[in-house]
Amino acid sequence: MIEHSKIEKNIGLMGVLIAIVVSMAGIAEIIPLMFQTSVIEAHPNLKPYTALELAGRDVYISEGCYNCHSQQIRPFVDETLRYGHYSQANEFVYDRPFQWGSKRTGPDLHRVGGKYSDEWHEYHLMDPRSVVPESNMPGYPWLAEDLVDAEQTAAGMKVLHDWFDHPYTDEQLASAKADIEGKTKLEAVIAYLQVLGTTIPRSYK
Amino acid sequence: MKFEQFNDDIVKKFTMATIIWGIIGMLVGVFIAAQLAWPALNFDIPFLTFSRLRPLHTNAVIFAFGGNALIGTSFYVVYRTCKANLFAPKLASFVFWGYQLVIVGAVLTLPFGYTQSREYAELIWPIDVFLTLVWVAYAVVYFGTIVKRQEKHIYVANWFYSAFIITIALLHIVNNLQIPVNWHLSYSVYPGAVDALVQWWYGHNAVGFFLTAGFLGMMYYFIPKQVGKPVYSYRLSIVHFWALISSYMWAGPHHLQYTSLPDWAQSVGMVFSLILLAPSWGGMINGIMTLSGAWHKLRDDPIIKLMIVSLSFYGMSTFEGPMMAIKTVNALSHYTDWTIGHVHSGALGWVALITVGSIYVLIPKLWKKEAMYSTSLINVHFWIATLGIVLYIASMWIAGVMQGLMWRDINADGTVVYSFAESVKATYPYYVARMLGGLLFLGGMFVMAYNIVMTLRSKGDAKPLVGEAA
Repeated sequence: MIEHSKIEKNIGLMGVLIAIVVSMAGIAEIIPLMFQTSVIEAHPNLKPYTALELAGRDVYISEGCYNCHSQQIRPFVDETLRYGHYSQANEFVYDRPFQWGSKRTGPDLHRVGGKYSDEWHEYHLMDPRSVVPESNMPGYPWLAEDLVDAEQTAAGMKVLHDWFDHPYTDEQLASAKADIEGKTKLEAVIAYLQVLGTTIPRSYK
Repeated sequence: MKFEQFNDDIVKKFTMATIIWGIIGMLVGVFIAAQLAWPALNFDIPFLTFSRLRPLHTNAVIFAFGGNALIGTSFYVVYRTCKANLFAPKLASFVFWGYQLVIVGAVLTLPFGYTQSREYAELIWPIDVFLTLVWVAYAVVYFGTIVKRQEKHIYVANWFYSAFIITIALLHIVNNLQIPVNWHLSYSVYPGAVDALVQWWYGHNAVGFFLTAGFLGMMYYFIPKQVGKPVYSYRLSIVHFWALISSYMWAGPHHLQYTSLPDWAQSVGMVFSLILLAPSWGGMINGIMTLSGAWHKLRDDPIIKLMIVSLSFYGMSTFEGPMMAIKTVNALSHYTDWTIGHVHSGALGWVALITVGSIYVLIPKLWKKEAMYSTSLINVHFWIATLGIVLYIASMWIAGVMQGLMWRDINADGTVVYSFAESVKATYPYYVARMLGGLLFLGGMFVMAYNIVMTLRSKGDAKPLVGEAA
């Protein structure tokens, strides 16, 4: 062993060694992933979120839905039976930030799109126990009253387009604000839920 | 003289902040635990809703309670072991007030829906930028003090605090790279799956360097101090320090087992998680064995009892963690309440107990009292805290394993046996038990607060200053 007492007497040396040692994992794990095609190239059917869906996504994030709902179906029999086809990395390339979650106090939502009617979601978000008696989800009645921030969503789409090449058309960017002005947060978050996971059909085998 | 007074004063402030934020953070924890059992408790009020308060709870206990404890004790340890006054006292004051401002920022944003949704890094970008400034100031004060030390050797506790300070800076910056949309909204520079890996590389090492390396620094100073013996093995300190900080960083992907993260990354994460058991237990053994030849102190010093039980919980959760990182175990445990149980055996058992143990050592020293007001109240605190933890983690273990088994149960005809809602229904009793466990632990914190208040009000000054009127 090299003399450790040398490191113990030199804080500069110790600091540099710590920095080197703790940087290696990020270099080895994260950087290769940034260049892995299966992870960074979009599924051919994947579309960027429309203005209303993106506004709904921001509501989903803001309300903290990810605290209790995952968006990640694992390749197990029970999960594909319950939630649909397992999740693929190329379905998430327009997700910034990702919303995979880490806990299922409620069920997975990755392929909830199309599973229930808009009306069911409305009832459920207003008062979850009106449609699922066992549920311990809180109600979110204010979503029906609050309006989306149209300006923010338009600016958000522009950031996603300009910085990250999300393939929005010029028309989409131009009409974003007008498209969603006056819509409630409830309408937006339901639009988002209804598009979730629809890139691949639920029953796809 | 003025400088020497300053050293203690700043640590006093951090100690008080630790206790106050600890109680607030745990109070929020008990409240949201009750909401899982009685969901109507959000009263349909946005800022009282579980999904908005849970990040406030995690941020408050990790960064407000844990962070103040770490910064405060690191200052205390660094000026004592370096025999030098804190470098740049004004900057140190800025670190204190700046850090409190960040926490107040969290209280004013998270419950109101301003969040990045990155677990344990929910704070919006303006607060992130300010926190970076505070952290750099902290590093300057801390390393500045080491540079002007009077001792040749840098004491082992400082190695751990150093790794904690450097690594948290790296993690915080890389994980929060965002493009702002407006003053509160920003979008991550990493797409989907890469974002997930970056976040869990951060999330896992917030545990590894904030909740582990930092608190090991605390352990390496306060256990030998309270026991009155040197650290068990110098060689073990060296080996487990470098092994711990180098292997921890690789283990992040175990939070993403069986997800869309490519398989190679999941496997690397699992292998390093298993390796991690050895350096983790190295620290536990080094701490516990410091007591060798003085085991009788466990009988009559509840502070040592707190510290040794905290190391036992540390050993237990660092065994459980690698086990849960094994893909086949993770297939059952992931997404269930088992994870919550695991986290709390580490957070309450290890982090909180080593912190309160250290606080009991610090309080009389900083306020120049002979001892804590009541030793038997420390004993009471020890017992209700330990009982609370056991109730908490046992109920979450049972609930988690039950959920995992219910979810995967398949009928002979190839359909699922239980709907998701049935697993929720079956969990209610365990949510109630967990809340009671949390309540017990919080009760212990109030016992400590009372004991501290009485200590500060007591007249038993240790060393009255010469010439001062009685």
